[in-house]
Amino acid sequence: MKSSKISTVMGKMIDTQKLVFEYIRRDEEGNVEGITRAVDGVDLKVEQGQFIAILGHNGSGKSTLAKHFNALLYPTEGEVYVDSYNTEDDDHLWDIRQEAGMVFQNPDNQIIGQVVEEDVGFGPENMGIPTEEIWERVDEALKAVRMDKYRKASPNHLSGGQKQRVSIAGVIAMHPKCIIMDEPTAMLDPNGRREVIRAARALNQVEGITIILITHYMEEVVDADKVFVMDKGSVVMEGTPREIFAQVDKLKELRLGVPQVTLLAHELRQAGVPLPDAILTRKELVEALKKCR
Amino acid sequence: MSIIVNHVNHIYDEDTAMASPALIDVNLKIPDGQFIGLIGHTGSGKSTLIQHLNGLLKPSSGEIFFNNEDINDPSYNKKNLRARVGLVFQYPEHQLFETDCFKDVCFGPKNLGLTQRDYELRAYEALKEVGLEDEYFYQSPFDLSGGQKRRVAIAGVLAMKPEVMILDEPTAGLDPKGREDILNLISDLHSKLGMTIILVSHSMEDVADYVDRIIVMNKGRVEFDGEPKEVFRHYKELEEIGLAAPQVTYCMQELKAEGFDVDTDVTTLQEAKQEILKALGRC
Repeated sequence: MKSSKISTVMGKMIDTQKLVFEYIRRDEEGNVEGITRAVDGVDLKVEQGQFIAILGHNGSGKSTLAKHFNALLYPTEGEVYVDSYNTEDDDHLWDIRQEAGMVFQNPDNQIIGQVVEEDVGFGPENMGIPTEEIWERVDEALKAVRMDKYRKASPNHLSGGQKQRVSIAGVIAMHPKCIIMDEPTAMLDPNGRREVIRAARALNQVEGITIILITHYMEEVVDADKVFVMDKGSVVMEGTPREIFAQVDKLKELRLGVPQVTLLAHELRQAGVPLPDAILTRKELVEALKKCR
Repeated sequence: MSIIVNHVNHIYDEDTAMASPALIDVNLKIPDGQFIGLIGHTGSGKSTLIQHLNGLLKPSSGEIFFNNEDINDPSYNKKNLRARVGLVFQYPEHQLFETDCFKDVCFGPKNLGLTQRDYELRAYEALKEVGLEDEYFYQSPFDLSGGQKRRVAIAGVLAMKPEVMILDEPTAGLDPKGREDILNLISDLHSKLGMTIILVSHSMEDVADYVDRIIVMNKGRVEFDGEPKEVFRHYKELEEIGLAAPQVTYCMQELKAEGFDVDTDVTTLQEAKQEILKALGRC
């Protein structure tokens, strides 16, 4: 058994060290048919309280990596520490799962309760929290995602964005330090996307919860503290949104894009308009263009 | 030759305590060869509407005509209709089931009663059309990437040789390059094969880039119907019903407010670029 806490990684919410993960495909008799290296030597550090985004095309290893952050998968090689607990340390498995909660893409696959409040209370109930405190937590969690009006509603009658916020509330009720969101907005309409991203940002800013957002929507990333870009299981770019989105052509090579305003500014620059690098918002573009008149 | 939706109402669980109207007096004319974007927030009636167009749902009242025939007439051949109006559901790759891609695509045309030679030819053409590389033809669809699986699923509908193709959020869950590839594929089906396309989407940018006409649904009614320019002019009303205009449309509004001499009827990046260059006196 490896020691559960080591001093060098104190303070980091997530710390992966030379993380490698291989999926092993087997045929019907159980013989190994092939090995796919989904995560290949990732060293990724996330500080407490940060808002992190992970980008990468389909199959780049983002989700596989994320599943290591709350011990749904274990490294083939290397180590993963969540709040200084080694994820392979069985004694702390439940601590890790409680501290690092996960929200997935499809809201319909995550909701189990018949009533919203029941669903949100499921996590704390399984942690053995006294009933009274469960209700307090449910209250507080639903307020945090602005779903308190719907606490007695049936999840079946909610929109996608509302369901996703209930899923997030279910995680919040466990009082996590970190929430990992794996494409939480992929199935939502623009309104639902805004609601979910707003909730994520509020949790980060108001409650200080570390957020790790995996997404294909570049617009959702512009306010992150740091962006990691993955390709073929490795982290190939790392930096602030501005540093990342300045590299329009490289992102395109990686099957990604940039927000539409950033692309517009990029094309205007190529046409000779003296604009600064990596414009991220409409406001920045308007301000920069005013200087070009 | 067209689809006509005439005063269609649809009420789910009609005559029960749970009755809820999903479509209210919908009237549309969809001529041949149009590329239409259908937008609306979750629950606005988009999916209910498209399921009426190939006869999966029947209107509670009103009629739907395909090429001047009422598709809900008891004597109307619905099987034939479904071959001519192809519907690609959300996450169509979940419906792949065969042991290899080629067989999966054969399934539809085979059930039309074609000869083996004919349905295999169609499957081959359809897989070529969606740009799946030959090496994957005889592989299990489950070993493909998300974008590839979706292409195979679309090929399955294409092999039916539909005249109208309806796609419900065909880019959901794909990365930006995958989204672009699928949209270009759909655009080709429209321009090369002359298909009528109805694209259901939540991405205003995508819709603005590709379609000729936008239909906006809200609470079961058609709220707006027109060219992208006309529809996105109502960006404030669109926001009220949970939608938005493309980012560049907002940019132009803001530039105009700052005194730039730009046309605000802009919905695509290229138009925005031209307008800004013009306003700056650079072209």
